[in-house]
Amino acid sequence: MDILRFITAGSVDDGKSTLIGRLLFDSKSILQDQLETLEKQSKNKNADGIDLALLTDGLRAEREQGITIDVAYRYFSTPKRKFIIADAPGHVQYTRNMITGASNSNLIIILIDARLGVIEQTRRHSIIASLLRIKHIVVAINKMDMVDYGQERFNEIKSDYNKVVAQLNLQNVTYIPIAALHGDNIVEKSEKMPWFDGLPLLQFLEEVEVADDINHTDPRFQVQYVIRPQTKELHDYRGYAGEIINGVYKKGDKIKILPQDIETTITKIEIAGVEVEEAFAPQAVVLHIADDIDISRGDTFVHIDNLPKVENNIDVLLCWMDNKPLQPGNKYFLQHKSRLIRAIIQEIEYKVDVNTLEHTAVTDSVKLNEVVKARLRTAAPLVYDPFEKLDGTGSAILIDETSNSTVAAVLLS
Amino acid sequence: MNKYYLNYLEQLEAEGIYIMREVAAQFEKPALLFSGGKDSITLVQLAKKAFAPGKFPFPLVHIDTGHNFKEALDYRDNLVKELGAELIVRKVEDSIRERKLTEPKGKFASRNWLQIHTLLDTIEEFKFDACIGGARRDEEKARAKERIFSVRDAFGQWEPKLQRPELWNIYNGRIHKGENVRVFPISNWTELDVWNYIRKENIPLPSIYFAHYRDVIAHEGQLVAVSDYIQIDETDVIMNKRVRYRTVGDMTCTAAVESNAETLDEVVNEIIATRISERGETRIDDKVTEAAMEDRKKGGYF
Repeated sequence: MDILRFITAGSVDDGKSTLIGRLLFDSKSILQDQLETLEKQSKNKNADGIDLALLTDGLRAEREQGITIDVAYRYFSTPKRKFIIADAPGHVQYTRNMITGASNSNLIIILIDARLGVIEQTRRHSIIASLLRIKHIVVAINKMDMVDYGQERFNEIKSDYNKVVAQLNLQNVTYIPIAALHGDNIVEKSEKMPWFDGLPLLQFLEEVEVADDINHTDPRFQVQYVIRPQTKELHDYRGYAGEIINGVYKKGDKIKILPQDIETTITKIEIAGVEVEEAFAPQAVVLHIADDIDISRGDTFVHIDNLPKVENNIDVLLCWMDNKPLQPGNKYFLQHKSRLIRAIIQEIEYKVDVNTLEHTAVTDSVKLNEVVKARLRTAAPLVYDPFEKLDGTGSAILIDETSNSTVAAVLLS
Repeated sequence: MNKYYLNYLEQLEAEGIYIMREVAAQFEKPALLFSGGKDSITLVQLAKKAFAPGKFPFPLVHIDTGHNFKEALDYRDNLVKELGAELIVRKVEDSIRERKLTEPKGKFASRNWLQIHTLLDTIEEFKFDACIGGARRDEEKARAKERIFSVRDAFGQWEPKLQRPELWNIYNGRIHKGENVRVFPISNWTELDVWNYIRKENIPLPSIYFAHYRDVIAHEGQLVAVSDYIQIDETDVIMNKRVRYRTVGDMTCTAAVESNAETLDEVVNEIIATRISERGETRIDDKVTEAAMEDRKKGGYF
């Protein structure tokens, strides 16, 4: 049993809340006391006597202020898998929330209302999925009951969306016709759509292969914390604790420490105090090396024959996430996993329209929910990979050093 | 199957260890909030693994309502000895006296809400900049929206609207003086995940998590232990029942469930079979208002 993390993109009108409610309900993740509360609150009851959308109802603060607080996380499991849903609102002003949710997802469910077909919002969600390189896409064509469960309408939408697929070069796209409100093609194959020969949604989510999405070929490790007990028994112990971001490390591996650019050898690998011969992503390990080198948090260990980039001037895509607009020329902190360095935004090349992917000139300031191509200069060389090659070492955030807010998602290139 | 494969518990553990190390590295004075319950016991296990063979890097902080299960206190004291960790206990009782707080009255007068004062005073006293807590997002809908690194202002308040976006596994723990961060390493775990992990790791638990006989009264369908801290009315019927606890909290607001489960395997089987949520079955304090947790969090609660 493993974990599938997915994000659902869509607005309330697409039946997103109903779909999530349906998955929770049909996987029996809603317990009796929670159901009783729901039954009391339900106004728009369905056949089960409850309003599934209420399951994802927000906080009182949100209802009172008519806002939605970015991402809520929901959990359910079946005997095959544990599921983590990032539930993010999908309107244009919530691009930031979708990016946040997408950054931790293996898969995205893009909801399309069968009556409306592919609309601007669908395109936006798909563009974000492609920017963030989500590995699996499910296009759930919902409200099939409203179009008489017709195969023709399904095929029409499918061929429309295939144009988006071609434009964005999307991979692993699966289409499923559903009616979330009634449970068609959610857990069981729908009897109303015998023409559909694919898997129902939940079964697809249970079976889609994600273990292979983790990169085990390009070893990347960054030091999070140096363990030095300095006790009598462990006087000379010095271990480098961190997460294996990608790849596999073995005892005896010849490695290079970056940005110091010094070669050494791995002498010992430990997991929770127990020695192992090899370790792999995403394990949390402690590495020991042969030589006495000055190493601190944020330094990177790689194989000598598989090197990342080490640069000061970096082209990036910035997704701006703060109410305060970007100030060109201001210094920010760049946090790259555990490494924190000062960075300055030198130049903004163009704005990316998240609805069309068109590039437009930046005439005004860069505001919340806007995506721009820019050039960063860092105070010290950054050890990284292009995001499209390795997302773990290709991603970072910008922090405003006066407010301490996280102001941008950074995709390095 | 892929040779390099982690199952879901191993993935959750790796994530938890990663978060523990971020806390130790990013903060000057972090602490681990310890209640003696299974969630905080899981946190201790993750921290042990994260820093082995080094010493346990966080003091354990117990905000003591005075309404404790003796079994949980004994467990706490043994654990601290075994870890060689520092234990800091601050009593709600003292806050009530020194700050002239008003104790709630009533049948199950709980000091749960008053804990906030003691917690904030403790943070202030020791200048803690990060407090690690065992909250899980599956517990409740206010928790479902909280970050793993949750920044609180000088009043300990959670401001849902101003939360920082949390991207990938990059945790921004930068704060201004006087602010602090609550860190929730097991945010992505469910109750069942915690139990399965405890079983897999064979972690000892306080004995009240397993079936035992205890005098209880029934209140609105929940079984509440007879103790000096609750008010027994003439109409209450005291029964001796075989029970266990699903959560360990303040004795006045934690209910027991009838059970014959003596081992971890049996407890896990009961949890799988149960049709009632953890908070619904065992927390008397959450029933007060629908938004009880949201309110408490905004007021500085864990």
